[in-house]
Amino acid sequence: MTIVPLNPIAEKMLSTVADFKGEFKGAYNIRQDTGCAGRRSTENIKILPHSEGKPGIEIHVAPGTKNESVYIPATVTRGNVNDLTYNDFYIGEGAQVVIVAGCGVHTDDGGEAKHNGVHRFFVGKGADVLYEEKHIGEGGGEGRRRIDPVSDIYLEEDARMTMDTVQLGGVDSTDRLTTASLKARSKLIVRERLLTTGSQVAKTRFDVVLEGDDSGCDLVSRSVARGQSRQEFLSRVVGKARCHGHSACDAIVDDQAVVTAAPQLDAFSPDAALVHEAAIGKIAGEQILKLRTLGLTEEEAEAKIVEGFLK
Amino acid sequence: MLELKNVNWTLPDGSVIIHNLSVTIPEGKLTVVTGPNGGGKTTLAKLLAGLVTPTSGQIYFDGKDITNLDVTERARMGISYGFQTPVRFKGLTVQGLLETAAGRFLSFDEICDLTGKVGLCTVDYIDRDVDASLSGGEIKRVEIASVLARGTRVSIFDEPEAGIDMWSFNGLVEVFKDLKQKGTTMMVISHQQRLLDIADEIIVLSAGELRDQGPKDEVMPGLLAGEIAGHCPVGRRETA
Repeated sequence: MTIVPLNPIAEKMLSTVADFKGEFKGAYNIRQDTGCAGRRSTENIKILPHSEGKPGIEIHVAPGTKNESVYIPATVTRGNVNDLTYNDFYIGEGAQVVIVAGCGVHTDDGGEAKHNGVHRFFVGKGADVLYEEKHIGEGGGEGRRRIDPVSDIYLEEDARMTMDTVQLGGVDSTDRLTTASLKARSKLIVRERLLTTGSQVAKTRFDVVLEGDDSGCDLVSRSVARGQSRQEFLSRVVGKARCHGHSACDAIVDDQAVVTAAPQLDAFSPDAALVHEAAIGKIAGEQILKLRTLGLTEEEAEAKIVEGFLK
Repeated sequence: MLELKNVNWTLPDGSVIIHNLSVTIPEGKLTVVTGPNGGGKTTLAKLLAGLVTPTSGQIYFDGKDITNLDVTERARMGISYGFQTPVRFKGLTVQGLLETAAGRFLSFDEICDLTGKVGLCTVDYIDRDVDASLSGGEIKRVEIASVLARGTRVSIFDEPEAGIDMWSFNGLVEVFKDLKQKGTTMMVISHQQRLLDIADEIIVLSAGELRDQGPKDEVMPGLLAGEIAGHCPVGRRETA
């Protein structure tokens, strides 16, 4: 991988998506325009080039690691860059780790700026992973900003993974695919928040297979669609054992925006308890009214409701 | 202070909800509005807070005609309104709602003071969303706290006792006594004898019309007689 100096556009985006303040504490890898702008391993968290020769890295977290973080933000800072990276995470048994994986794409030269992160998570027995991800698009001009992440998750027995993902603006197109396979007693929790405006397009797909007894997933997507933007939420939860699966799509739709939610639940066991909830609509009038009785204008009330909803 | 003059409110289908209502909420006093279900009590509260606009008639606040002022303008003038059925929000915490109501950041101690008055333990609730996870009684208390957080000259409460358990009700009575001592003008819609007992004034509404208004000691005997007789409160005006 090419070593590149961190540029100011990347540095600004890093502060937004990964809370970068000139340095990261602990292990990190900063990806910039397909190159590497910094990397550090620690005693328990090793970051290595991808072993299959693909562009990207491997992150190995030692078994039993406690309360450590690893930062792997990626940035595209100009047009005509199509960045594809394969990041594989190997989380040792019983480890507790926070992964911060923000992504920013910037273009103002008319060319498209695109980042595709293909992540695989191999989470060992009893390990606990918190995965935080913020996406933003910046810059002007006609060039589109695209982020198309793919996450494949494999949870061993008693493992737990929480994905906290946010996309709050500027990304013209996103197509997010998350697949997961869960063994006995493992848990997957997803909290996704999404805002689309103008003519932006966002697609989210989940495909989760609950393989082991007492495994469970809780997938919650909250989104706001404005302008002429379009959003699509597709989820499939498969129960193959005694398990609990829950997915929910909660969307506020405004202007001429379009939101589609299509859940699918497949129970291959009589002991699989699978639930889906979807609620799509404009901001409830009574919520605006309540905040207006507290002295807010209608516009201030709407902003407050959206801010809380996507918090 | 707050005054309605010949106010009417009619539904689009012609149903009369409030009929030619003229009533005054006196300054610095606790006025309890009572009467049978469907009598127009909640509509009276909404008319004062600006949630509904009269079909005809005027509303005055400190002598100023506020009939055409909207909810926000009336809130900013110092009128607060606690909903009968509180609104739930996904993503807005108890702290967030109280700070929005106060219009400023609140310290932990200030939030403690507010939630304590309505019988909620701050540590358990400060970060809770004001959403479906709160029980009816819990959200009602948060609603009352949001009115207290504003600290305005006028506070309107619509059946504040609904969903509140009898142990916490004592505390609620103390809250109203405290506000009264501070000179807050209050209008409380209630059927609870213990709230009627601490009222300065009582208004009786029935079928959208004023059936009685006056000091508690004058109105209560008629109310109790009506209760014993099992009839709707007809009020002194009709029986006089």
